[in-house]
Amino acid sequence: MNRQIVKLFGLIVALFAVLVGFTSYWSVFDAKALKEKEANKRPLLEQQQIKRGRILAADGTVLARSVAKGSGASRRYVRRYPQAALYGHPIGYSFVRQGNSEFEKFHDDELIGSESEFGSILDELRGRRQEGDDIVTNIEPEAQRVALADLEAAGFGAVVAIEPSSGRVRVLASNPPYDPNRVPLELSKLNENEVESPLFDRATQGQYPPGSTFKVVTAAAGLDSDAITPETTIDAPGELDVQGQPLQNDFTESFGPISLDTALTNSVNTWFAQLGERVGEGTLFEYMDRFGFNSTPSIDLPEDQVYASGIFEAGKLLGPDDPIDIARVAIGQERLAVTPLQMAEVAAAVANGGSLMKPQIWSRVVDPDGRVTRRLEPTEYSRAIDEQTAAELTAAMEGVVSEGTGTNAAIPGVAVAGKTGTAETPFNDACGGGTEENQAWFIGFAPADEPKIAIAATVECTTAFGNDVAAPIFRDVAETILADE
Amino acid sequence: MRSAARNRELLALIPVALLLSAGFAAVFAQENARLGNLSLVYGAYFLAVCLATHVFLRLRLPNADPYLFPLVALLTAFGLVMIYRIDEGLARDQANWFVLGLVLFALTIQFLRDYDVLERYRYTIAVAGLLLLLAPRLPGIGQQVNGAYLGVKIGPLAFQPAEFSKICIVVFLASYLREHREVLVVGARRVLGVTLPPLKHLGPLLVVWGASMFMLVFIRDLGSSLMFFAAFLALLYVATGRFSFVAIGMALFLLGAWFFASTVPHVHDRVEVWLTPYHDPTGSGYQILQSIFAQADGGLFGKGFGQALITIPGTHAALLPAAQTDTIYALIVNELGLFGACALVLIYLLIAARGFKIALLADDGFSKLLATGLTAVFAIQAFVIIGGVTRVIPLTGVTLPFISYGGSSIVANFVLLALLLLISDRARREAAEPRGAFAMEGA
Repeated sequence: MNRQIVKLFGLIVALFAVLVGFTSYWSVFDAKALKEKEANKRPLLEQQQIKRGRILAADGTVLARSVAKGSGASRRYVRRYPQAALYGHPIGYSFVRQGNSEFEKFHDDELIGSESEFGSILDELRGRRQEGDDIVTNIEPEAQRVALADLEAAGFGAVVAIEPSSGRVRVLASNPPYDPNRVPLELSKLNENEVESPLFDRATQGQYPPGSTFKVVTAAAGLDSDAITPETTIDAPGELDVQGQPLQNDFTESFGPISLDTALTNSVNTWFAQLGERVGEGTLFEYMDRFGFNSTPSIDLPEDQVYASGIFEAGKLLGPDDPIDIARVAIGQERLAVTPLQMAEVAAAVANGGSLMKPQIWSRVVDPDGRVTRRLEPTEYSRAIDEQTAAELTAAMEGVVSEGTGTNAAIPGVAVAGKTGTAETPFNDACGGGTEENQAWFIGFAPADEPKIAIAATVECTTAFGNDVAAPIFRDVAETILADE
Repeated sequence: MRSAARNRELLALIPVALLLSAGFAAVFAQENARLGNLSLVYGAYFLAVCLATHVFLRLRLPNADPYLFPLVALLTAFGLVMIYRIDEGLARDQANWFVLGLVLFALTIQFLRDYDVLERYRYTIAVAGLLLLLAPRLPGIGQQVNGAYLGVKIGPLAFQPAEFSKICIVVFLASYLREHREVLVVGARRVLGVTLPPLKHLGPLLVVWGASMFMLVFIRDLGSSLMFFAAFLALLYVATGRFSFVAIGMALFLLGAWFFASTVPHVHDRVEVWLTPYHDPTGSGYQILQSIFAQADGGLFGKGFGQALITIPGTHAALLPAAQTDTIYALIVNELGLFGACALVLIYLLIAARGFKIALLADDGFSKLLATGLTAVFAIQAFVIIGGVTRVIPLTGVTLPFISYGGSSIVANFVLLALLLLISDRARREAAEPRGAFAMEGA
């Protein structure tokens, strides 16, 4: 029997080895994946015991803070958003059951004060509870309030305002807003609301047809690649035949041979369609890339909450080798879909002499003792166009506001450069399927000679034009920010 | 010679003492706000009880295996520290069970010195074992826990009869197989290339298979059923040396388990949850998923004593359900990490090694089979619950021997230990005497 006993022991050893194997798998090899499982609330519960840092506006207004509940071992912290719905976007929320979103999610490490393993061991030895760092953002409360109030009066849409020289995001507003304080009670209700989708950040996730605002990109590509100069004239008839379909100006108005200034001021479709054909697909794509199209913008928000802009077919981005109607892309039609953030970046790049700065919401990280541990160092995303191109384009964009299609953006005593856009979105289910629906846009910056702020404003599902609904929002927000300076 | 074994035992108790003191001190330091000042005294009591037991063994079983008791004391200390960390009151209960277990341990050794009498009453013991298993289904005293019939409550006394039943069944099987092992082998015939035991002797074995299936259906206890049947197969293999018997038995069990898994809802649910835990992560899959998440939280070194979350902070809702019983292994991985868990598995393996060593040394067939059976059922029980918690097999409500909170488990396992030491004392005495001083101690 002894031989069998030894074999039986061998079997027991093998069985126990399996136990050790499985334990290693769960506790070490698969641990990271398990911690990211939706059903696993442990990481969040542990975070809940940490006093999460505050999120502050540029002027120190508290946008998010943690308050203690209970005491002793059962002490935990719950997130509060004193400004309610005003900063639902882009700050997001952080709750145990519902998880983290937007800014709260992206900056989670700083907010919970994660540090090196060695650092936390030291803290533990000193009997210190882990405490998160505060983050001061670049958001201007007054401008954010004006933007959201204007949007609420105009319709669903978004406003993004960026300081061109640094990429600091001053306003990021999306209408309809939501109050993050209500997320613990109403998350499923907020999610189910498919018509309003208030949790959807239209500023970074809304993919809209850009309409004529895209002509700024076409013009930039044309000038910078030397396809044209500001003096080059192109004959602009009332109607062109492009790929068997007529492409028309508003009211089929014929302009004759005109240069960029006139073409941009009057937003002449047939002129820009021909410019697009002159520039060519490869060059236009290259300039789109330089302005940040075709990839996820490098803003400090979670990647799944920031969408790329470009030409889409069935949810996939098209490249320069795919068959596209370049003439219609050049005037912002075709299958172009862009986010308000992307269009604000276009305006900011032109405003900053052609250099596109990375848009960033955060400004500095402050530890619990009040020391600034990290400060935003503005970095260039790309040099989209050279300074001369930027200056020429700015001049043309000033004409839009002073005497063209965007006069409602004018600010008394301040030179404004901009471009309107009105994309027709008939039969859009999201708008109720009407035939008179437009996507109204205005992008621009001010002051034109020394830009302090670049803004994109858009309103969806409206019967009005860019100049009627979007340009006034631009004006109000720009005025507010310039008044603060 | 006599004192050498016991001296070794005493020596081995020293690291246990150190570990226990360190453990209690760690928990105490971590949670001194919550725990009473007297808590450190418990450690001292524990050591005193261990020393008393050691003295008792020195007097009654001088030749018995010197490592088993320190290993078990280590497990118990480990368990006490973990339970103390969960709840002070539960640890006090557990300490009382520990003392009661040692009393029964001593009584078993005192009155069963001649354990051969067990053979004489084997059918009585078998019936007692089966009755114990059936008790939870009896109206009035039976208790249903999570769909399985595991508990019995008579007046103020509540216990889990399966813990005691396993000893009865092993005693019966050891005795029965000791008598029939030859005929099982000799009478075997080859049918279609498979060696089958003679039909006449197959009957009792089929009864054991039937009993396992019966447990599956009526007690709805997948874990105990698996544990009993595996112990049975282990004994059958050791007694006959025929692997084909084991293969047939395994096939029968799997067939039966598969059949009942598809017909008995409770068993079916357990298997479904095992295979697809994410199907209902907040309902039926909650326990196994939380158990695995707790392990993922532990990593290599664990979070340290008292650092793991057991309930959702601010509520009494369980984050790790049944942390003091079924899923205590997950809590150990969480707080002590993979290394702590490996140490624990190693202790179980060392106990199994010592148990099988006793079986190897034992002279007569009954002692050999009894030691094998008791060791096997103990090791398999540890495998069934650790395997359940780590999703190797479906999670069932079996206790982790000497660690999990629960009187029945502690007391029954101390009786099991007493039997092993009794066998060991005789085997080593017989091995030592003819060869006198040349015998190798503890080789």
